[in-house]
This record gives sequence, C-alpha cells and structure tokens, in this order.
Amino acid sequence: MNNFGSDIAYLWSKYSVMYLDGIEKTIVLALLGTAVGCLIGFLCGLLQTIPVAPGDNPVKKFFLALLRVVIRIYVELFRGTPMILQAVFIYYGLPYITGGAAKFSSTWLAAFLIVSINTGAYMAESVRGGILSVDPGQTEGAKAIGMTHFQTMSYVVLPQALRNIMPQIGNNLIINIKDTSIMFIIGFSEFFAEHRAIVGTTNKYFPSATIEMGGYLIMTVVCSIILRQVEKKMDGDDSYALVQADPLTMTAGTYNYSGSTADRQQLAQEKAAREARGNRNQSTRGDR
Amino acid sequence: MGELILQVGHLSKTFGKNEVLKDIDFTVAKGDVTSIIGASGSGKSTLLRCINLLETPTSGEILYHGKNIQAGGMSEAAYRAKVGMVFQSFNLFSNMSVLGNCTVGQCKVLKKSKMDAAKSALQYLDKVGMTPYQNAKPRQLSGGQKQRVAIARALAMDPEVLLFDEPTSALDPEMVGEVLEVMRALADEGMTMLVVTHEMAFARDVSSQVVFMKNGVICEQGGPDKILGAPEKEETKEFLSRFFNR
Ligand SMILES: Nc1ncnc2c1ncn2[C@@H]1O[C@H](COP(=O)(O)OP(=O)(O)O)[C@@H](O)[C@H]1O
Ligand SMILES: [Mg+2]
Repeated sequence: MNNFGSDIAYLWSKYSVMYLDGIEKTIVLALLGTAVGCLIGFLCGLLQTIPVAPGDNPVKKFFLALLRVVIRIYVELFRGTPMILQAVFIYYGLPYITGGAAKFSSTWLAAFLIVSINTGAYMAESVRGGILSVDPGQTEGAKAIGMTHFQTMSYVVLPQALRNIMPQIGNNLIINIKDTSIMFIIGFSEFFAEHRAIVGTTNKYFPSATIEMGGYLIMTVVCSIILRQVEKKMDGDDSYALVQADPLTMTAGTYNYSGSTADRQQLAQEKAAREARGNRNQSTRGDR
Repeated sequence: MGELILQVGHLSKTFGKNEVLKDIDFTVAKGDVTSIIGASGSGKSTLLRCINLLETPTSGEILYHGKNIQAGGMSEAAYRAKVGMVFQSFNLFSNMSVLGNCTVGQCKVLKKSKMDAAKSALQYLDKVGMTPYQNAKPRQLSGGQKQRVAIARALAMDPEVLLFDEPTSALDPEMVGEVLEVMRALADEGMTMLVVTHEMAFARDVSSQVVFMKNGVICEQGGPDKILGAPEKEETKEFLSRFFNR
C-alpha cells in the first residue's frame, strides 16, 4: 500500500498508450454496438407491431406470424445465454463449422457483431413496449387524416416511442461499456484486455485495477450526463412563444402554461413510469 | 337538397356475437348538418368509425359520390383525407406543435410543400382562434383549445365531410361553448357535418336533420323541429324526456 501512488504513476507513465488505446476501443465498440443494436431493436419492434386485420390476406398473416416467432426465438436465444459464451461460440464456431472457409477477418468485426446482436435482443422488447405505450388514439388521429401505417409510425408513433425508451437506450450503452470487457476472450484488446496484458508483465494487479475502475467510471458517468442532456433536449421547451395575432389577447411574450393540474400530474406519472421501466431493464441486463 | 356525398346502405357491424349496428340506411347531402343522438351504447361512435373505415363494416355498403369505397373505388387513405374526423379525446399528436399537427397531413398525405401547408394551416388556426398558440405543444393547451386545434387539423385536409364524435363530452363545462361556436360557424359556411352529440340546443339550432339511434338501429330521423319538438316514436319521446329531466 505504501507504494500505491508510485505504482500507479509508474503504470501510467509506462503503459498510458495501452490504457488509452483500450479506452478508445471500448468506447467505440460500445457506441457502435449500441447504435446498431438499437436499429435492430427498432426493426424487430416495428415488424412485431404491424397490425393484422381479420380480413387480411392469409399469406400476409402467415408471414407476420412467422416473423413474430423468429423474433421471439432471437430474443430468447441472445437474452438467455451469456454474452461471453456467445462471443466464443460465434468467433470460433464460424470457422469450425465451415471447415475454415469462413472466419472473422478481425476480432473487431466479431466483437461488434456480438454486441449489436445482443443489444438488439434487449432493445426489440423495449421498442415493442415503447410503441405499445403510445396512446392508440393518436394512431387513429393519424389514420383519420389519411396517413398510412408507415407514415403514422414514422412521424407520430416512433418519435414518441424513441423518447419513451431513451432511458433504456442509455442503460444499454452503459452496460455495453462495461460488458465489452468480456471481449478479451476472443483476443479483442479493449480496456480490460489491456489490463490483463499489463499485469501479466508487471504483476501490479491492484494499482492497474484501480486505473481500470477509474477509467470505466469516467466513461459511464460522462455518457450518463450526455444522455440526460439529450433527453432534456428531446422534451423541448416547457414554455412557448405566443404569436401575437389576436388583438383580444393582452399579454405578449412567453407563457408557461402546461395544461391543467390533471395534465401535469399525468405528465409526472408518465415520467415516473418511464424511469421505472428504465431501472427494471438495468437490473435484468445486470444479470448477464 | 344538394348533391349526395355519402350513402350508407344496409350497414351492419358485429363485434364477436354482439350486433352493434343493424341494417343502417341513411344519406348525407352536400351542406347537410346531421346530428346523431341516442343513449350511450346505442352504436353512434361505431357508426361514425365505420363511415371513416376505422372499423370494417361486417356487411352493407358505403358509397362516396356513388363509388363503393370498400370495393377499391379509391384508396382508404385518399378517402379518409376527404372525410375528416374529430374525436372526443382530441387525439392530437403530442410530439408536434399545434402548427405541426395541422401541417403533417397536408405534407405527407396531400404532398403539399411545407410553405403551402403552413399557409393554409394558419388560415384554419385563425378560423378556430388558435393562431397565437401555433408554437405550443398539445400538453400545454386546455381541453377546449385542444379540440379547436383538432378541428383545424381536420379542416386543413380540405375535407368534404367532417365527422364529430361527441366533440364536447370530454370538456369542462366552461369550454364547451368555444368549441360549439367554432362548429356553428363551420355549419354557417356550408360545411357538411355529421355530429354525434348530447348538446340538444346545438342539434336543434344548427342541424338540418337529426337521427335518433337506439340499440344499433336508426329509430327515427327527420328535421330537428320534428325529432326534438314533436317525435312520433315512443322510444324517441322517452329518450328526450329522460334527457331533459336529468
Ligand atoms: N372494439 C369493440 N369491441 C367490442 N365491442 C365494442 C367495440 N366498440 C364498441 N363496442 C360495443 O358496441 C356498442 C356500441 O358502442 P358505441 O358505438 O361506442 O356506442 P355509443 O357511441 O353510442 O355510446 C357498445 O355495446 C360497446 O360495448
Ligand atoms: Mg360514443
């Protein structure tokens, strides 16, 4: 313990390039994997919520039912197995099954694929929930002015679903920053893999682990702060500028009227529900 | 009587085993203001929703300018743009401003340019007295204001007929007047309207015909003076007396 400070200083002066390189790989992998995972999740959520009317053509009904089953299997498979095993399974399995004909050209590609597919499995359910949580009255309102299902989704439902699931997207990003640390298993040199390499030659386990803890914490806290800002931005202003055109309106300037008390209570409840959903998701994903 | 816009013939709708609409027949001519009255559960909303194809009728036909809309005479979306609907619960898009609510349909369905859409949206917002609030989000408006925006949104699609499903039933009493005032002005301008309402004074003063529904059938229909003043059927009398003696 008496050498703690100097050990850290030594590790940092000698290996900072490796640590920083690991940080860069971790953050890029987590960001890309979360982004593509969200795209997969949105696609699955959308496909799962295509409405079927009783009078629809049976071929369409069959394919939609099949799609639901396929998505269900995908979600259960990737949510129900450890990511570390999935990494091994896919990275070593592909060349094994194809007799070496197909293999990953880089660990980058394999790691990126696994994180995306994994996040996609979690987001598929979140997005489906997010879509279902948008007031169906608004879907009817959109239909009533002649919007198609696709237009209704793109302009009315998905923007609101995206806002509703922002906390889950944030959770997934933060979990991915931490959980990509299992990628050492396929030899991808992210932040934690660098630690393993460094302590392998220096034997300074605890000081290096301290640097790792600090590094991960900085990454997650910074992301967390940025995500909060994004959410705030999406919510828009609480006030709005009154456009003076009505001579009967006496007051000009900015109003801060957010509906009746009932409306405000409803807003607060929706917000609380969103946060509760977010936390629940975090605890499920924390298990893996 | 003007040119016929809508002809509803032998329309029926069943939910499971529950026959909610039975063999409904009626027509809407240009400039008509039709009030639909009747007890809760008599099928008034279902009728409007069938006319707008939000529900698929079980049998019967709906002709729009003589064309059967379910036989593929025109696309569902194009038909709905011509037959606007105003809901009891407003159903405004909460991710858009007031102006956005009134332009999105024009841009995406009617393929108008943003400029043109905004121009006509502002014209209709002016008509309902909501121009000052064009930048507000629906959550920042009172119920009456929301409904006026919903009317402007429907008008901005330049519809031929407007369907109203109890447009004032979700409003606090002091806000009912402002919405009825807008509807009255529309009727005066010759807008064709089909209004489900419990506002008997409105039905009497503004409608050209009144339809009384009971248990999924049209029990009696005719001019407002006849139906509301001197109904023939016992059921109509009973409904009105219960209604006015509440
Ligand atoms: N989607 C639905 N599924 C099953 N039953 C419904 C549905 N919508 C309406 N109904 C039933 O149809 C009847 C008429 O409802 P509605 O048209 O809403 O009446 P009103 O608008 O006159 O009060 C009611 O008995 C109601 O329970
Ligand atoms: Mg109703």
